Amino acid sequence: MSRPDYLLFDRNTIALIYGLQTKAVQRMLDFDYCCRRDIPSVGAMIDPGKSGAEKMFWGKKEIFIPVYPDIKSALQANPAIDVFINFASFRSAYDTTLEALTFDQMRTVVVIAEGIPERQARHLRAVSQQHGKVIIGPATVGGIVAGAFKVANTGGTIECIIDSKLHRPGSVGFVSKSGGMSNEAYNIIALNTDGLYEGIAIGGDAYAGSTLLEHLMRFEANPAIKMLVCLGEVGGEEEWSIVEAVKSKKITKPLVMWVTGTSIKYMPKGIQFGHAGAKADASRETAEAKNAGLREVGVVVPESFDDYDKAIKSTYKKLVAKGVIKPAADVEPPVIPMDYAEAVARNLVRKPTSFTCTISDDSKDELLYAGHKISKVIGENYTVGETIGLLWFKERLPLWAANFMEIVLKLCADHGPAVSGAHNTIVTARAGRDLMSSVAAGMLTIGPRFGGAVAGAALMFKEAADHGQTPQQFISVMKKKNIKIQGIGHRIKSLKNPDQRVELLKEYARKHFPKTSLLDYALEVEQLTTAKKDTLILNVDGTIGVLSVDMMQGLGWDETRIQSVVDSGGLNGLFLLGRTIGMIGHYMDQNRQKATLYRHPWDDILYDLPEAE
Amino acid sequence: MAQRGIREYHGKRMLARHLDSFIKQGIGYDGRIVLVDSETDWKQLAKDNPWLAKEKLVAKPDQLFGKRGKHGLVLVNKSFAETRKWVEERLGKKQVVNGIEGTLTHFIIEPCVKHEAEYYAAIKSGAECDYIYFSLEGGINVEENWDKVVTIKVPVLGGIEAVANEVDAVMPAELGNNKALVANFLRGLYRYFAAMHFAYLEINPFAIAGKSIIPLDMVAKLDDTAEFICYDMWGSDIEFPAAFGQHLSPEETKIRELDALSGASLKLTLLNPDGIIWNMVAGGGASVIYADTVCDLGYAKELAMYGEYSGNPSASLTYEYARIVLDLMTRKPDPKKRPKTLILGGGIANFTDVAKTFTGIIKALNEFGDKLKKVKARIFVRRGGPNYQEGLANLKAAAEKLGVPIEVHGPEYHMTRVVSDALKS
Repeated sequence: MSRPDYLLFDRNTIALIYGLQTKAVQRMLDFDYCCRRDIPSVGAMIDPGKSGAEKMFWGKKEIFIPVYPDIKSALQANPAIDVFINFASFRSAYDTTLEALTFDQMRTVVVIAEGIPERQARHLRAVSQQHGKVIIGPATVGGIVAGAFKVANTGGTIECIIDSKLHRPGSVGFVSKSGGMSNEAYNIIALNTDGLYEGIAIGGDAYAGSTLLEHLMRFEANPAIKMLVCLGEVGGEEEWSIVEAVKSKKITKPLVMWVTGTSIKYMPKGIQFGHAGAKADASRETAEAKNAGLREVGVVVPESFDDYDKAIKSTYKKLVAKGVIKPAADVEPPVIPMDYAEAVARNLVRKPTSFTCTISDDSKDELLYAGHKISKVIGENYTVGETIGLLWFKERLPLWAANFMEIVLKLCADHGPAVSGAHNTIVTARAGRDLMSSVAAGMLTIGPRFGGAVAGAALMFKEAADHGQTPQQFISVMKKKNIKIQGIGHRIKSLKNPDQRVELLKEYARKHFPKTSLLDYALEVEQLTTAKKDTLILNVDGTIGVLSVDMMQGLGWDETRIQSVVDSGGLNGLFLLGRTIGMIGHYMDQNRQKATLYRHPWDDILYDLPEAE
Repeated sequence: MAQRGIREYHGKRMLARHLDSFIKQGIGYDGRIVLVDSETDWKQLAKDNPWLAKEKLVAKPDQLFGKRGKHGLVLVNKSFAETRKWVEERLGKKQVVNGIEGTLTHFIIEPCVKHEAEYYAAIKSGAECDYIYFSLEGGINVEENWDKVVTIKVPVLGGIEAVANEVDAVMPAELGNNKALVANFLRGLYRYFAAMHFAYLEINPFAIAGKSIIPLDMVAKLDDTAEFICYDMWGSDIEFPAAFGQHLSPEETKIRELDALSGASLKLTLLNPDGIIWNMVAGGGASVIYADTVCDLGYAKELAMYGEYSGNPSASLTYEYARIVLDLMTRKPDPKKRPKTLILGGGIANFTDVAKTFTGIIKALNEFGDKLKKVKARIFVRRGGPNYQEGLANLKAAAEKLGVPIEVHGPEYHMTRVVSDALKS
């Protein structure tokens, strides 16, 4: 797609963005959409060393913008790209710009970074001229061709762009150093003329890649631009080259210009204005001298910036009166849907949530556990049991209850390598799996036959006691239904050979719990069951289960709350949490030993297949 | 920032450390120089630099101003004891230099070099090329004898190697046997200048002693944006002193600290604390234009400050900044009982949330409500950008509640018209 030299950007221009600048890219695409461009103005992005694609909006639709690892591959895949928008930092902008300038298809390079060394900036300009290319910047926001193409963040928000009529072309060409003031200038131009055709900010550094004059000369050559507006700056000689160009009739279109920095003579010596280039060392470089020089050759120079708008308006009106400008019509831009995040920020939308959390909150300044700040949890030295209380029951438990839970955790922490949980963990660890897989393999064995009878026992005993069943009735009912009472029975332990863990739990509860009514009930049941078989004792799961109910009742919770904890099966968490400590230990133990893959011996398996045919 | 002056001391030390690596034969400058200030331990100084006791010495202030000889601030050919006495008598003293009063805080001391001819060399960077200047007539008269200065233009792309022969060709015949020495020196000096990212380097004068070149006086500016490249070569002790006589008020110092601590940009220069026009403007470009407009409309003497806040400062940073401005503005009423004017100006923000930054200003206004009324403050606001309507409305409501007259305008109003409105009324 060939464009005349005076046109850097049009409605078909496609740019390559250096850097994963998704916000800037989205702003470019929104602008494109507002201008009713046929194709997006961003062809690709570069994220050094990575490739893929980024999802972006095109109006309401989502599109992919490809991401390449380097300039070369991006350009090879996208031959239509001829603009490079370089978001590299001041450290690497020089090298990346230099590289971009070496590609034939590239016509224009925009350098955003501020703080590029002057020597490097000057060298980039020289190289670009050698290759017949144009650099805009460094230290610039870029530029815009109204209704056609916008560089990166130029023009501000889409509302601002539409207010300044930048979504359709007018008749005015504008160039300045300052990017910040260019927004203001587009607004002034929109208020006082039929709007901007093209606007460029060359950047505030001492050595810009392209000059005010070079852009004015392009505007001069562009038949669609009827009037020039420029904002100069104190310091440097650039504006004098504009004086020369007007004098020698290289610039013939009406030019309205103002050089800022007239107040510098009232400032203490050596003050640095906003821009690196804005520092007057010689009298020729002062704003007054330049304004006077420009005025002398016929440039429209107001008396102060305060009359800049009036000067622009009167110059424009004369051109309309002469018939040079036929005012561009206003165009209604398509509406860009607002981003959800912005709509939320502005309180314009609401939606029902999909999740509710009532125990912890990481969305505030400080992490909260059930309303307790983490700094308080640590500062006041909450015990592990108290912390569990916050996250499981949403309250700080009194110490007798918190300690009960800690005792359970300690008692359940491990039960040797032979039980199914530890065994599975060991076998998995020896198969070379990671911690999470090995521990999960162990956890998956926890259920009604191993460790997971806590909740079941609590449920069954509580239900029986609540219904006023005598222990004998309870046993009969369960027998009739052919249901094994959970929490009763042990492989080896008996009344004569009691389980030490159960004894410790009972002892603690009797001493510290306000009451132990369900434990007492369960022990009556145990009296009857052990009469039949001496290993049918209240086992550790059963004891934990009934004591958990006693604990909740002792805490004074209402019946509904207690029942919901019991029904949820959450009480198995006590065993699960405790035993995880042991399973992690077994995993570490196997790794420490560098234990190799376990294979079960054949002679330990009965192979009982149908006879081979 | 950009081009910034460095001390002669650092310039000469850098030259001694690095120049010879850019010249085949070397020029043999040994860099014997010391920098003294009010903290200097003179005994330790003499111990570390035995030459101080052995040589006759030269001393002069090193504070980025020239024409020191004309101000009687150069001591020549004296012993260490005499030099010390002379320096100590002057350290901390007020001095008017080129019409600016400042305090003498830093002196350099070097060996006194006996010499006859004084040569001039300077290198300046320009947009299209660099310029090397050389003259046989160095010293204080170089400007009067500018027609005798030879100039070599060094192209941006070719560098010094592209004009290496030209340097030989323009060496004046009067140099005689020293032609090659000086030409080599200038080429090496240029390579050094470019590699070290100088923006300006002047050695005026320098002397020739045998095969050595001794810089007697030096002025240098570095491009401080090149720090990431040159940090090691510049040396960790490099500093960019403020211009002579630049005295910062506590408020200006505070703003500089805030500026340095945040990613945003905050600037404040007090021009006339008794002035009645107080510009607090968002944006670097806009702030200059607001100051210009006050001056262009004939009120330069009433402009109290130049200031700027930009780069998306947080509400709390804006609050800090506004507090300092309002405090300065409300310290005393105008003796002629004229109202004081606060201009909260700005162009159209790109992405800065105007309403959010204004909350910082509103907080400060509320704090200074009574004081503002005592100085008969009036507020003129103009700003555009994201959420400007909300920001303006909030500001207006806050000022009206305080009973401080306020006018607010958005982007539909020409940016500086609030300045002319304020000055006319």
